[in-house]
Amino acid sequence: MAPLDELKIGGMGASRRRVEDNRFIRGKGRYVDDIVLPGMLHMEVLRSPVAHARIKSIDTSAAWEIPGVRLVLTGETMAARNLAWMPTLSYDTQAVLATDKVRFQGQEVAAVVADDPYIAKDACSKIVVEYEQLPPIVNPVQAQAPDAPLIRDDKENQPTNKIFDWEIGDKAATDRAFAEADVISKTELHYPRSHPSPLEPCGSIADYDRATGKLTVYMTTQAPHIIRAAVAMVAELPEHMIRIVSPDLGGGFGNKVPIYPGYVVSILASILTERPVKWIEDKSGNLISTGFGRDVYLQGEIAMRKDGKILGMRMHTISDHGAFYADAQPTKFKIGLMHSAFACYDIPAAHLTSEGWYTNKAPGGVAYRCSFRVTEAMFFQERMIHNAANDLGMDQAEFRRVNLVKDDMFPYRTAFGFLTDSGQYKKCLDIGLEAIGYQNFKAEQEEARKRGKLLGIGISTMTEPLGAGNSREYDIIGIKMFDSAELRVHMTGKAILRTGAKTQGQGHETTWAQIVAHELGIPADDIVVEEGDTDTAPFGMGTYASRSTPVAGAAVAMVSRKIRAKARKIAAHLLEVSEEDIEWELGRFYVRGNPERGVTIQDCALAAYSNVPDGMEPGLENNAYYDPPNLTWPFAAYICKVEVDPATGVWDVLKFVAVDDCGVRINPMVVEGQIMGGLTEAYAMANMQYITFDEEGNCIGANYMDYLLPTAWETPGFELHEVVTPCPHHPIGAKGIGECATVGGPAAFVNAVINAIEHTGVRNVDMPLMPNRVYEALKTGSDISGMPPVRVD
Amino acid sequence: MYPSRFAYDAPSSLEEAIAILDAGGGEAKILAGGQSLIPMLKLRFAAPERLVDINSLPGLDYHRVDPDGTLRIGALCRHEDLEFSDKLDAFPTLAQAAALVADPIVRTRGTFVGSVCHADPQGDWAATMIALDGSIVAQGPNGRREIPMSDFVLGPFVNALAYNEIAVEAVIPAAKGTARGGYLKLERRVGDFATASVAVALDMDGDTVRRAGCALAGVGGRTIDANDAISVLVGKTLTDENIAAAAQAVAAAAEPRTDHRGSADYKRHIVETFVSRILTNISRSEQKAA
Repeated sequence: MAPLDELKIGGMGASRRRVEDNRFIRGKGRYVDDIVLPGMLHMEVLRSPVAHARIKSIDTSAAWEIPGVRLVLTGETMAARNLAWMPTLSYDTQAVLATDKVRFQGQEVAAVVADDPYIAKDACSKIVVEYEQLPPIVNPVQAQAPDAPLIRDDKENQPTNKIFDWEIGDKAATDRAFAEADVISKTELHYPRSHPSPLEPCGSIADYDRATGKLTVYMTTQAPHIIRAAVAMVAELPEHMIRIVSPDLGGGFGNKVPIYPGYVVSILASILTERPVKWIEDKSGNLISTGFGRDVYLQGEIAMRKDGKILGMRMHTISDHGAFYADAQPTKFKIGLMHSAFACYDIPAAHLTSEGWYTNKAPGGVAYRCSFRVTEAMFFQERMIHNAANDLGMDQAEFRRVNLVKDDMFPYRTAFGFLTDSGQYKKCLDIGLEAIGYQNFKAEQEEARKRGKLLGIGISTMTEPLGAGNSREYDIIGIKMFDSAELRVHMTGKAILRTGAKTQGQGHETTWAQIVAHELGIPADDIVVEEGDTDTAPFGMGTYASRSTPVAGAAVAMVSRKIRAKARKIAAHLLEVSEEDIEWELGRFYVRGNPERGVTIQDCALAAYSNVPDGMEPGLENNAYYDPPNLTWPFAAYICKVEVDPATGVWDVLKFVAVDDCGVRINPMVVEGQIMGGLTEAYAMANMQYITFDEEGNCIGANYMDYLLPTAWETPGFELHEVVTPCPHHPIGAKGIGECATVGGPAAFVNAVINAIEHTGVRNVDMPLMPNRVYEALKTGSDISGMPPVRVD
Repeated sequence: MYPSRFAYDAPSSLEEAIAILDAGGGEAKILAGGQSLIPMLKLRFAAPERLVDINSLPGLDYHRVDPDGTLRIGALCRHEDLEFSDKLDAFPTLAQAAALVADPIVRTRGTFVGSVCHADPQGDWAATMIALDGSIVAQGPNGRREIPMSDFVLGPFVNALAYNEIAVEAVIPAAKGTARGGYLKLERRVGDFATASVAVALDMDGDTVRRAGCALAGVGGRTIDANDAISVLVGKTLTDENIAAAAQAVAAAAEPRTDHRGSADYKRHIVETFVSRILTNISRSEQKAA
């Protein structure tokens, strides 16, 4: 009997078409806003037009008078239920509907529930709020001024606007390294605020049934089980009476991890009206009030020997968290995994200090397509490395080769304590250099100068920690960061798989089935994957931080192996031999020494329901909870070549090469899609995409005319290359990949543009590198970067 | 994004449409391509009582060149019709602008005349109309009148139409001599409002400039009429020196403001650079043709 061809059954390595796309490309996806429940009401939120003001009065009487209005809620309504404030994922509190003050433009002040959304919107405009304006604070420099108004006057023991001081590393050893250095390189810059901006904004339908006492909430969430736990705590409802359903999601990128006021208000509205209440945020509401990314200032230094060897590194970060410290991140770490910076370099000593500040801006520093501030960490790292190589007068590629962790050094303990376990860093870099034509670049640059154009090349090499936990070190509000899978094989060998993760574009419905196919030989098409319903899915921490494949994906492999172990016993029974005499090949057990005599996994499935050996429970289903021993450490080398027009500052990407090593690839096409998407977002941040604020605290970036997302028209092409170093601890050797390109990509673009103009003395231009900034830097030969006062552009 | 309540009409004749506008007493708004109006409704920046959808009016989707060379563009001619037109050989300024208006999706639906009526200081077509000395034909209860472009835009988002008039046609006169021109725009992304854009239209007699037109978008509170500034070229040839003088004169006419798209100086510099690039391209193609 010919063995099964794994690629044909859609197993590991098959570029199987995404099964979810069948419904998405037909417009048959089922998003929260597609769900219509009988008797459903509609909720609209009234937001603050100002950044910082005391609320003197709220008059809702005119809103109540509009026909079709069922309920008007204010902070007072919430306070009566002890729901005016809610806990954040970083042990702070956040206003649900403002009672005392508004603290950022776009903050939720009131809500109207009505028969349709038009009426609700009309009624919102009839609510009269009297504000007494207070001076707004729009950056950390203003926040720490001695006479700065106190933003969080609601809190006890909060005498200033500072949220935290935090540090990690060995200060004494780092100081010694700097004392011994031949050359010290300094870099100061700002990673501006951006917004994940999923195409689908946030929303919920809360449906409280007084008769059964059950609360069902359809909700745009990347982490349904965390939400259920939080709702149980906040709303003081019993956990078994709460069902969170996260249906199809139109993207998440970290934006749909936190708990937002709209969710909480819709729940109370449903309890009060005893009707289902739908709240769908509009795009502006999403952009101005929900979880943003970045907004961190860096002061960084590298200590080096003349020969290029890095002796030590210091970073100080100053981060702007908005009005409430609502970062979604593991509890132990105040500024996420910022200390993963420089993990791919062999650096003996490092020290990181961080301070966080309240400002009158939207809260919720989410991991925008990165594993908890890793995007900032790697951008800072690669900008510092770029400047350091220049300060030494050393070639960018050679400087990296000298300092990258070598293949024979794994497992490698970084100066901040992370354990990187595998990789072929130099190989990846060399493939990238070859592909971009690094050897000929200098000649090309000379030739372009004759045409009046400036060429630049930029390198970004990095490894990042993906796949939190392990649960010893990683938890969110105390909940350990493991994940789970549950597999039920039906009588005919078809199967349903459920996990605690939640796909939002990553393609779990496709790739999880491929892992099962690889482990059991059941064709991927015979496996349906279901996620997002807390009544049916096993407990898990959801999907973000590139943790699905490292954690839930591992659980899928492990549960498949449990199923195989039981099937083996059934096979022995069917073949009338002892279990020790059974051999496995993909999809089939056979008798050792007699390969013709065997049974398929489907035969075993049928027998599990019809012919089990004496003493065995019938059925073929199981679950697995997987707590990873370590993070996974993918590596990437991104190299970009740009041409700058010195007359306008406009820059074009001539070529972009990406070499990614994410270990074993389950579905290469899906992996490539992840990389392409990530590089597009990297390009966006380097070139155009940021949220800024004027001096009054008005958000510039409240719609898609101001907040620019790149389209297919301007996004450059990307050339992808692959290196495979399997993860030593993951059951199928896979590492996270969803975020590598967003994390490592921006520095490649920026380093390239800086390289093109650094002959003028420019060391840094802050992102986004808009033409006017590049032109100005080029013309004046000076940096456009660093701490405020903030430029109006 | 839920607009305020509004009434909706879709008349089937121009007369009927005008009658509805007339009865509306200024509270009705025309819906053509809707690429500006619909977002404004959804953001509740605009809340008209009534929309008069003219998309079913017959015979307005044309653009044609009269025997005397005049270009006429009907009220329902879409941007895309001009982008893929084979009738714009004698209107290079329009031909170059057509591919730069908004993004391809907007271009399938938005209209040339609607864009001019919208009078957005950052709009592309208004700038080309000024540079080309065009006019708008308005029809109301009392018949038709032709309004020169210089009188049509009264301010940002304000045009010269009476509340009961519909702009039915744009008229662009033929060049006297050989038509040359160009359109350049700096935008941060396709579909973004212009940081600065420049329309240049020249009527050439051999290598001598007979008439020069120029207008700017994105660099002032209104579309900047730079026809006077560029008239320094009239009677001259496109030497490097004359080009530089014209570019400087046009840049001086710009009224840019510093904002998140760049400083006033930067925008003025872009205007100068773009005028110079358009004129240099014309000069080079003249030399090639010679």
